[in-house]
Parts: sequence; C-alpha cells; structure tokens
Amino acid sequence: MVGVLALQGDFAAHEAALVRAGANTRLVRNADELGDVGGLVIPGGESTTMLKLLHYGGMMDALRRFSETKPIFGTCAGAILLAEKVCNPSQESLGAMAISVERNAYGRQNESRICSLVPEEEFIRRTGAEKVEAVFIRAPVIRKVGQGGRVLVAYNGDPVLVEQGMHLAATFHPELTDDVSVQRLFLGKL
Amino acid sequence: MFHLNGEEFRLKVGLAEMLKGGVIMDVTNVEQAKIAEAAGAVAVMALERVPSDIRKEGGVARMANIKVIEDIMKTVSIPVMAKARIGHFTEARILEALDVDYIDESEVLTPADEENHIDKIVFKTPFVCGARNLGEALRRIGEGAAMIRTKGEAGSGNVVEAVRHMRAIVRDMKRLTTVGKEELYHEAKQLQAPLELVEWVAEHGALPVPNFSAGGIATPADAALVMQLGAQAVFVGSGIFKSSDPQARAVAIVQAAKNFDDPAKLLEASRSLGDAMPGLDVSKLPESELLSTRGW
Repeated sequence: MVGVLALQGDFAAHEAALVRAGANTRLVRNADELGDVGGLVIPGGESTTMLKLLHYGGMMDALRRFSETKPIFGTCAGAILLAEKVCNPSQESLGAMAISVERNAYGRQNESRICSLVPEEEFIRRTGAEKVEAVFIRAPVIRKVGQGGRVLVAYNGDPVLVEQGMHLAATFHPELTDDVSVQRLFLGKL
Repeated sequence: MFHLNGEEFRLKVGLAEMLKGGVIMDVTNVEQAKIAEAAGAVAVMALERVPSDIRKEGGVARMANIKVIEDIMKTVSIPVMAKARIGHFTEARILEALDVDYIDESEVLTPADEENHIDKIVFKTPFVCGARNLGEALRRIGEGAAMIRTKGEAGSGNVVEAVRHMRAIVRDMKRLTTVGKEELYHEAKQLQAPLELVEWVAEHGALPVPNFSAGGIATPADAALVMQLGAQAVFVGSGIFKSSDPQARAVAIVQAAKNFDDPAKLLEASRSLGDAMPGLDVSKLPESELLSTRGW
C-alpha cells in the first residue's frame, strides 16, 4: 500500500496516476495514517502551505521518522520538502535527501513549460522509457546533489529526477501526464 | 475540445491543480501579504481595495495600482493573482506583462464590456473566472479560463450565494451524466454552452478545470461548507482582513480547508477567533448593488 500525502496540492492526480501504475493507494492526512503505508508520495502544491499544515497537524517528526525506514517520492513541492537545504527563500525541510533546492528557480507561471527529455541510461535500463515528458510548473531547480545521490533525468544540465537510496525527487510533475514510468520506478522500491 | 489538450492549457490547469485544498487570500498591501503567506495561503490576490470596501465606496473599480501588485509580488514566494475588469483585455495584457501568476477576470471590478468576456485562449498567463451556474462556467472555459470559482456575493460576508452557485453547478453536472447522448445537443442549447464541453462534463461528471469557491466566505465553517459541497479550494476576500483578528482567522481558514470533513478539527479551528466581518442580507440588496449578476 502506497500513501499520498493529502494536506494540500495535486494529491488526487497522484493517486490516479499510482492506480494507473497498478498500486493500491490511500490518502494520508495525519500521523496515524502514516502507519498504514509502506511508502509515501509527497505531491506538488505550495511547499510553504504544506509545511504549515505539517506543523499544525504535528506531523513533521512523524514524517522524519518515516523517511528513515520507508521510501518517499516527492514532486516539486514534495522535492523541496525532501531536500537538505532550501533557498529563495530559505525554509525548513525534512532533510531526507542530500540535495539543495532553489524554489521558483525558472521564474513565475509564465516560465512554466512542458519538455520532452531524454533520460540517463540508468533510467532507461530500469524503466524501458526512452523519453520523459516533464511538466514544470513554477518549478524549483536542484542545485546540488550530495553523496549517494544519482541523477536519473536532467534538463539543461540541471538534475530534475534524482534518486538517493530509497527516496526519489522530481522537480517536474509525472502525475500530470499519461506516462507512469516514474511511478513504476518508485513502486519498485516499496 | 480545441484547446483542452494543448500544452499551454495543460500548464494553466496545472498551476490550478497545485492550489487544490488551499486558500487564496485577498491582500491590499505587503503587510497583509506577509500575514497570508505566514498563515499558509496557497496564493494571494493582490488588490487595491477588498470587495466590501468597493461595495461601500462605490465608483468605478479598476485593475489595481501596479505598484501595489508589484510590491506584493516581490514580497511573497507563493503565486500572486490580480484582477482585470470583465472584457478589459488590455488590463489583462498589462497584468500578463507584469508577470502575475493568474488573472481573475472579475465581476468584483466594474465591467468594461457588457457583451464580451476576454478571449483568454490567446494569453500565456492563465485565467480564473466566476460562475453562478454550469452554463456560465462552460462559457468561460470555452473562452479559455483554466480555473472556475463560484461568484458568490463578494464583500457580503454571506455565504448563501456561494452555496447556491456551487450546488447549481454540481447538480447540473450530475444531471448531465444521466441524460442520453442524443439529448446533449438540447442541453448545450439550454446551457448556452459549447457542445464539446457539455459532452466532456457528461462523460466525466466534473468540469475539465479545477472548481473553486469564492464570494462571502467569512469563517472556517463557511470554508468547510463549500469544500463539502464540492469546492476544491477557496478564495477568501474581505473575510480575513475585515475581521477583528486577521492573523488568527487566516490560520483557522487554512486549517478548515484541509480538515473540511473533520468536525473535531473544525471546532478547534473555530475557537478564539474574535469577530467575523459584518455580514449583509443579500436578499435585501437592491439588484443594482449585486456583483454576481455582472457578466453572463
């Protein structure tokens, strides 16, 4: 069973994509519900809002503990929450992955874009997908990938899909496309 | 339909998807924008006057002073929206050039065109539009709106119109899923809406874009009510900064939008809030003072 953090954002789109990829899903809205799932997706949305709601609901510590033993896949705002360091502006994060992330790094909504990207060999080998349709919406940029991190997809030299151990972070939104190869890759980690 | 699957439209709807479950707050200056962001707003609507003041002061309400919008854009890291008058595509072009994240073609401002809404398909910046019923929502989507919100009755502090509009939209969508395919031509005629969009709704039982609520939401309970009726996020205009303790109310409404179906958490969010904004009995307002009847 894979959970989708449903505090705010496009969690419904994530759940639908996971179902298309063949997963059993449940929405996670509090710390207790984290106990029922073997992995978690943190969706896109506003990272500042999600942080507030995590604090209001007393979920921050529970999520940190969860990340020590179970896989998490974060997209966009989710990737920001997984990072070790966040800038523009700096804000708190879970620190589950050794990546540094700059928020809204491409600019505002008018700079949002859809790109067809050729993934790294490793991604193709594991998923069979030879291209990835990447939907970037007010997207962050991963400025640094620390030890143990592996770049699976890049755009203009910047990492946009990064794996570190059991965790996965994407600055784009695979849940807003028909292709579920990124979701399959994550489900393989559960 | 013609533009629903295009890349630009997917990006416009994509940002609206990211705002789901959240609260978009009207702000008139940098201090209010900071309070909204700190409370957990998913976006702010930059304005010169909130709707209840527009209602009180009268006169022509136009696009906000650029400096006000710009200062707010520089201050917060969340998306910033701004309003253009109905049909005023030049105001909208200016807001697009300013690089705001969303444009609200809004009945709260004085309409600039009594027949035509803005052709929103040709813009790169996405639009949200108000609607009182399904036909109006689909006409706006046909023109390129990537997000729909109920009109409600802005600045009234009275949720009754937002409820009426959300119920009407949801009821008509459900009904469309039950009628025969051959009846959809007649439905499109009745709704005065593009046939392709009527067919889309009949197949999916939902709008092809996110469906939010606005107009008269003043308390955490109001926000939770419209979410339960089917709104996927809420806009709060005068309700926060016309209350006695905006900071506490902003936090409470953010929590209510997330916990809309959890009465214990709603009770918690509703404690120690101070006074809500004063409300108006919408049924006693003269027709000429209604904002929701602007646009068609």
